[in-house]
Amino acid sequence: MAEQAQATDTGPRPIVPWLKLAPKPHLEGIKCACGAIYLDPKRVACSKCGEAGKFSPITLSDKGKVYVFSVVHQSFPGVKTPYVTAIVDLPEGISVRANLVDVDFAQAQKEPNKVFNMPVELVTSVTAKDREGHDVVAFSYRPSKN
Amino acid sequence: MRNVYVLGTGMIKFGRYPEKTVPELGGAAVLLALKDAGVTIKDVEMFACGNLYQSNAMVGQRILQQIGQTGIPVINVSNACATGSTAFREAYMSIAAGMYDIAMAVGVEQMGKQGLLGGTGGGDPAYSTEGKVGSSLMPAVFGQAGVEHMRKYGTKMEHFAKISVKSHKHATKNPYSQYRNEVSLEDVMNARMVGYPNTLYMCCPTGDGAAAAILVSEDKLKQLAGGRKRAKVAASILTSDPWTDRDLTLPDVNTLTQRASKLAYETAGLGPKDIALTELHDCFATAELLHYENLGLCGEGEAGAFIDSGGGVHPDLGGKAPVNVSGGLLSKGHPLGATGVANICEVVWHITQDDRAKERLVPNAKAGQAHVIGLGSACTIHILTV
Repeated sequence: MAEQAQATDTGPRPIVPWLKLAPKPHLEGIKCACGAIYLDPKRVACSKCGEAGKFSPITLSDKGKVYVFSVVHQSFPGVKTPYVTAIVDLPEGISVRANLVDVDFAQAQKEPNKVFNMPVELVTSVTAKDREGHDVVAFSYRPSKN
Repeated sequence: MRNVYVLGTGMIKFGRYPEKTVPELGGAAVLLALKDAGVTIKDVEMFACGNLYQSNAMVGQRILQQIGQTGIPVINVSNACATGSTAFREAYMSIAAGMYDIAMAVGVEQMGKQGLLGGTGGGDPAYSTEGKVGSSLMPAVFGQAGVEHMRKYGTKMEHFAKISVKSHKHATKNPYSQYRNEVSLEDVMNARMVGYPNTLYMCCPTGDGAAAAILVSEDKLKQLAGGRKRAKVAASILTSDPWTDRDLTLPDVNTLTQRASKLAYETAGLGPKDIALTELHDCFATAELLHYENLGLCGEGEAGAFIDSGGGVHPDLGGKAPVNVSGGLLSKGHPLGATGVANICEVVWHITQDDRAKERLVPNAKAGQAHVIGLGSACTIHILTV
């Protein structure tokens, strides 16, 4: 868990290492010289071209478009359902797995075409507290407001 | 490479066997296969055992402890849902390469009531991303793969539901299937939603099961077959995920199978039109629809029209290009390690007109294919001919 801790010892923690909370919440990936982008910063080499050590950090846009989705009605104990899980395409050419919020799941199931390509923006929320009492912050996407 | 034939097969009815152990289930299938082949364990020179959830526990050796320890090499195979079919391929390769003349493959799994697979359940709940940053659960992953087809080609939820209706109807003729009940389109559409667009009847149940095969070289076949019709392994293909743009988020169930399918047809010297029946990996109804196209049973984007026009349905029911006449995983259940060998058994039974497929025999079948994908990833396709 140590690598997920950021900045201070007492502040909120991002749920995944590619979510950065400062200066404002955003996703940060790594980009290979061949153009492939990844989220996991610990990756040892590029699975597209095979090169190691050619990565540079890339700040990802907080806006994207919904590619596909599903509505999860049954999950592990403790996971609140239903929720809309989606894959969001970002303008940098990477797709991100996330939840959609502020989207009516029943409506999405009825009219999936209205969800495809929907412009969305990144939002964060505190999802839990870890064992040491830090807030754990997750990201999701909501329909774009501007 | 030498020609390889399936001399014998054995399968236990898929179901729930809480009172049995994994080696007992596997051993039961092996004994059936040995009897069918007309050989004993003393004739077997090599053994590949497919099992996933006890893969650290020498399941193959423990099966031999049940049925006869002859000192032969044992390979324990784990390859997600393609575990059993990968074990079959190991046995196939050992003969094709000229190392052995009689090899045995078994797939066995005891799932109990284990349900939702995948995801990041368990561990520190504060750091579990499941349901907080999307989902890696199999119903969601295969739900999204189906929704992608809806997005690209206008496919409707009814198309996926029709597949479930079709496969459940097929299962009524298969005594090896865990469930043998028919469901109506209304039943499927109105059933509890698990992961959109897959309702309960569009998701495979788990269960326990085992299936085994005895493989032989051409020389051994001449000695042992006794004039009985045997299936030839015309292609044995294994692929892993190629790199795709959506690697990180949407496991590629399409390219994986498309590549394996192309290689399988080339190796066998056959095309989709020559394939009399297909047993494919219908872990979810959405997956089956995608694989109609991936296996070339219809053109790209045409899978919805394919099912609408009787594609995938048994010829006795007025269909064509039958898929999962066994009832598929949707009815049989999906004991992960056993699934791949069971699919091969089903195809073998049809093309050799084995009594075990009597009630559901696809008429005049000379070639069939068995397909499995495992996410993580692996895809196997076996084409069998007579």
